[in-house]
Amino acid sequence: MSTINALPLKKSKKIKKTVLITGAAGALSQQIINRLRDTYQIVAVDFRKLTYHSDDIPSYKIDFNKRGFEDLFKRHDFDSVIHLGRISSSEETRMSRYNANVLGTQKLLDLSHKYGINNVIVLSTYHVYGASPYNPALLDEKAPLKAAELTMDLVDSVELENLANIYLWRYPDLNITILRPCNIVGPGVKNTISSLLSSKMAPALAGFSPIMQFIHIDDMADAIVLAHKKRIRGVYNVAPNDWISYQDALKHCGCMAIPIPSIPPVLPKLITSILDLKMFPSYLVNYFKYPVVINGKTFNDIFGFSAKRPLKEILRTYNEMKE
Amino acid sequence: MSLKSFLKTKLVSKELNQQLDKINKPVGSLGYDPWGFNTDTNKIVLAMFSGIYHKYFRVEAKGIENVPDTGPVLIIANHSGQLPIDGTLIAYALANRKKAPRLPRAMIERFFPTVPYLGNLLNQIGAVLGDPENCAKMLENGEAIVAFPEGIRGSGKLYKDRYQLQRFGNGFVHLAMKHNTPIIPVGVVGCEETIPAFANIKPLAKLLGVPYVPIALPVVLPAKVILNFGKPIHFANEDLTEEQITRRVEKVKSAINALTAKGLEERTGIFQ
Repeated sequence: MSTINALPLKKSKKIKKTVLITGAAGALSQQIINRLRDTYQIVAVDFRKLTYHSDDIPSYKIDFNKRGFEDLFKRHDFDSVIHLGRISSSEETRMSRYNANVLGTQKLLDLSHKYGINNVIVLSTYHVYGASPYNPALLDEKAPLKAAELTMDLVDSVELENLANIYLWRYPDLNITILRPCNIVGPGVKNTISSLLSSKMAPALAGFSPIMQFIHIDDMADAIVLAHKKRIRGVYNVAPNDWISYQDALKHCGCMAIPIPSIPPVLPKLITSILDLKMFPSYLVNYFKYPVVINGKTFNDIFGFSAKRPLKEILRTYNEMKE
Repeated sequence: MSLKSFLKTKLVSKELNQQLDKINKPVGSLGYDPWGFNTDTNKIVLAMFSGIYHKYFRVEAKGIENVPDTGPVLIIANHSGQLPIDGTLIAYALANRKKAPRLPRAMIERFFPTVPYLGNLLNQIGAVLGDPENCAKMLENGEAIVAFPEGIRGSGKLYKDRYQLQRFGNGFVHLAMKHNTPIIPVGVVGCEETIPAFANIKPLAKLLGVPYVPIALPVVLPAKVILNFGKPIHFANEDLTEEQITRRVEKVKSAINALTAKGLEERTGIFQ
């Protein structure tokens, strides 16, 4: 375990509530830390790298599956957990993703239960619904999670959700809120879609331009902070009420679509596998073929949330980055 | 200027633009809705379709005033002609209605989303995957929906079986009852003769993953098309057995049969 500012806080008298934020190296967690640092004592952890946030924020690089992880719970009196530390499907091997995302999350939830934490936010992804040609639009939270049927590379995302769901019902005191956002984009975001929008040329399947939804990283950070504040357990989609086709989004971002042959269906997967493009992984090909449009209405209604950054502005920012 | 903006400027007349702007369609800031409908593509395609509707198929739409001006409605028709021409003609007829035009959403077969270019194009002009969830959400939004309960049984049937209604699915009556939605039966005459098919190469269809591969002339024939819109049918939302639902479906089927027979009587010749 590597640390920065690892003070034995538990022994001192608490002035602020303490929140554990996982995935601290990501751009989203930085946004959340900025929003919470005045009112909460923050402890940041990441299993990829050690990051410095500020002198008053203890930061750790730690594997959740190692015994030392529990020491954090002993050292800091956590009141809540914001679990953003999911290795995305374009990173690491399938096995290490499974270990980190599924087994690591299980360990985190077990420790949260053991140490009496009553507010847990888990960041999931809309990918869990799976990109199928038979998807209706505006999928709500009760729609089946079909991603694992379509590709083994997304098994860990679905398993993470299933696990969080089991803990949600088995340990209601944890008050687990699972958020399934659409594509998170914006400055600093390094996921697949943001990398594509940032580039000058991006692959697109010839003849397919699925409808997509984008949420700005600032709006997503607001949504997570709101969920953390309101503590209403359940599973919620998070998406703005605005839509655009993938290839139109590329145009708005000043990005040229490079067509990949799409028939027979095996061809695009074969091509992307051979090219081994990190920005266009073969197991995400179906997400650039069929729409996965989610309905964020329940979250908006229950939490009083509405995304503030307009779609046009989000895409314009990517365009301006290229000038 | 993008290709879409160029085509819109060149093809969409001021009158058509004004006519379509009269229709209130809930879309996002960039002209898309969650099902993929796009305002500009729809205008371009309708502008291009104008000649096909008026001059090629010489469509006559009768009783179109039976479609309510607003609110959810299920427009249920007989299906024919291998390609989704019938749905497009019904949609065009309603979009061009002088009083209270509407842009209905056609429910399309499940294989269309897998077809490159065509699947996206159909979505952009308002067609939607024929899924009960989609239909329910659109009815809640107060949309007009065109559906063909025969599905591919109707569109893929051979010329020798023309104007013989195939089995109807019961889903549309369930949805009409649940969402308190009127059903407008429509008899389509003429589309059966647009692409007469004489056989279906089933093994090839299976290989290609499509529902049928017809042996037909590689042209769309200019058959005269008559659309007869019937009076609204209302079904109360009651707790019924599937057998009772089927009886309600049969009632709609009979109405469509009668409207189709009327159209065949009105028609003076296949191409006249």
